[in-house]
Amino acid sequence: MPSSTQISYRKSSWWKLNQQRLTPWIFLFPGLVLFLVYVIWPIFNSLYISLLQWDGLSPAIYVGFSNYIELLDDEYFYISLINNIKWLIFFMLAVPIGLGLAIFLNQTIFGIRLIKSLFFFPFVISQVVIGIIFAWFYNPRGVIGPFLETIGLGNYAILADEDFATYGIIFAGIYPQIAYCMILYLTGLNNLNTDQIEAGRMDGAKGFSLFKNIILPQLRPATFLAIVVTVIGSLRSFDMVAIMTQGGPWGSTNVLAYYMFETALSEYGYRMGYGSAIAAVLFTIMMFYILFFIYRMYQSEKKGL
Amino acid sequence: MVIVGGINMRKILATIIAVTSLGYSSAFAGTLVINTDLTDPAPKAAFEWAFNKFQEENPDVTIEVNNFDHEGYKQAIRNFLTTNPPDVFNWYAGNRMLPFVRAGLVEDVSDIWSDTGWVDGNLTEGMSHAKKPMTIGGKQWGIPYTYYQWGVYYRKDLFEANGISVPTTWDEFVAACATLKAAGITPITIGSKYLWTTAGVFDYLNLRTNGYEFHMALTKGEVPYTDPKVHAVFDKWDELVKPGYFLENHASLAWQEAIPPMVNGEAAMYVMGNFSVALFKEGGLTNDNLGFFQFPEITPGIPMAEEAPTDTMHIASGAKNKTDAKRFLIFLSRADVQEEMNKTLGQLPVNSGSKVDPDPFLEAGLNMLNNAYAMAQFYDRDAPAEMASEGMKGFQEYMVNPDRRDKILERLEKVRQRVYK
Repeated sequence: MPSSTQISYRKSSWWKLNQQRLTPWIFLFPGLVLFLVYVIWPIFNSLYISLLQWDGLSPAIYVGFSNYIELLDDEYFYISLINNIKWLIFFMLAVPIGLGLAIFLNQTIFGIRLIKSLFFFPFVISQVVIGIIFAWFYNPRGVIGPFLETIGLGNYAILADEDFATYGIIFAGIYPQIAYCMILYLTGLNNLNTDQIEAGRMDGAKGFSLFKNIILPQLRPATFLAIVVTVIGSLRSFDMVAIMTQGGPWGSTNVLAYYMFETALSEYGYRMGYGSAIAAVLFTIMMFYILFFIYRMYQSEKKGL
Repeated sequence: MVIVGGINMRKILATIIAVTSLGYSSAFAGTLVINTDLTDPAPKAAFEWAFNKFQEENPDVTIEVNNFDHEGYKQAIRNFLTTNPPDVFNWYAGNRMLPFVRAGLVEDVSDIWSDTGWVDGNLTEGMSHAKKPMTIGGKQWGIPYTYYQWGVYYRKDLFEANGISVPTTWDEFVAACATLKAAGITPITIGSKYLWTTAGVFDYLNLRTNGYEFHMALTKGEVPYTDPKVHAVFDKWDELVKPGYFLENHASLAWQEAIPPMVNGEAAMYVMGNFSVALFKEGGLTNDNLGFFQFPEITPGIPMAEEAPTDTMHIASGAKNKTDAKRFLIFLSRADVQEEMNKTLGQLPVNSGSKVDPDPFLEAGLNMLNNAYAMAQFYDRDAPAEMASEGMKGFQEYMVNPDRRDKILERLEKVRQRVYK
């Protein structure tokens, strides 16, 4: 009967008409829900908590922006901020060092695979293990101190020196990061376009100019990725600090992430509001970086790179 | 909990996982749920004994223990007290329990302390000296079951070899340090990486220079850190720090890592708690070359108060089985129970009716504490957490840079004004 066909067609028509537009949203739905619950909602909740004075147990008191005003007058906050910048700058060394190692290891000789995997090894071990091992190296009764003592320079414990302790931790943190950058560049080097190199050679490019004008531009995707993971790594410096010094001596190696943890969640902390205010500052800094990153990605996708 | 955000959700979840994985099942009548962090061998054995003994005496009660990891417990306690309170839990005396008491999470047990009808003997008599640290707002909030003394542990043989006798006054103490230093021995070892060891030195200098009342006033925030009396403490500290009487590079050492120098004979003294004896002995020292003495007198005439951090048992205000919980606390306060438990713990029973094992360190400690004018709980238990963490950072910085004293004390004063307002 034609009329019934008519009705069933009408029933499904809305779905049929919108199927194309709706399907991606249906697939995105579970992910979006999780993203909202575990990322977006906590961000706004933390921003809200940063306006409170709250120890996690007693009723919270609304204090407006006083946590932020206190931050402005907190010398540990500035120490942490400056240390974060030191981390950002010196962690970047992992990129050129990784590139150098990659070029050095990009040869075809016997056993190179084994050597490559040995160089990659630091990235495979857990950060915690690296932190513990380096803390032991630096310990005045560990390796470096006694060695300096035997050659007559006197015992030295870098982690007890407020001026240099941060560099000691960065050095430990950079060790696995170099391996990571190296592996990114090694894969990049494998995919080099040999025609371009040939052409460059014919045009008389060699040595550094060949490297700078032909090879480095081809490694741009690898460089971009290496910089991105290194910046993220430097902002994630929390674990190294927590393992090696716990922010000490007297707060001089604190970074924002660890200081936030210390004020909000450590044994002597439980100032949820103040910790959240630090988190908000860290979030703002990261946001600038993330926006830049998204902008770059958007631009390169538009160009079809 | 009103606010359910990222942090809380995660913490609650973590607790749920921790609790379920420990085989938790909800309590029914006659079940006594006890949450503890007693995972170290000695406390574990001591409590296993106590649980069995209590069960034997009270066959109608079933004990259910949720044992947490020691560090994790400090986080977990905040969650389980608010979301899923046990009947009984262990914690510490003094200001450490204040946040929980203030939040109404701990049950008032003043009746155990006052009503003799609850107890066979008389609780207030045997433990009156420990009542103060258990009191907040005129009420008692738990039962202490063990404590230990602090003092100076030293190498008897090094003292003898350098012709030093045990110092009883400050001048003798400083002179002993000078002699040791001249002999190429580090007078005092310390590892300040985790900060709290510095507070032990500060507390004793303060207790001996200004007395117990000033210590309590300072940790209660009633005195500014820029007070001349605080400066007087640092003047005494200067006498040890400036000539370099403390171990070098101590800021990068944990307290345990400062023990080998003393075992090797490179250092002679350690201002420490009695728990260190086990490590000294593991390192090879014996009762023949390891000794203990009371921290010497500084200001003559000031009554000698000691540091004696106390471990305690409490009832949660949300407990389902408060009757049996009280029975357990009373059981735990008994002289015979504390005696037996502390034999295993290697610490001192709080009940003065208990005896201790014939161990020179325990006997010295018991003797010292029984004659003590008062007992401090330790800087980081008497002062609120925030003040304690800043204070101990300051002490560590001072011990490396004594010339920054004024700057540090001004900073601590700023923190004091914020914390206690």
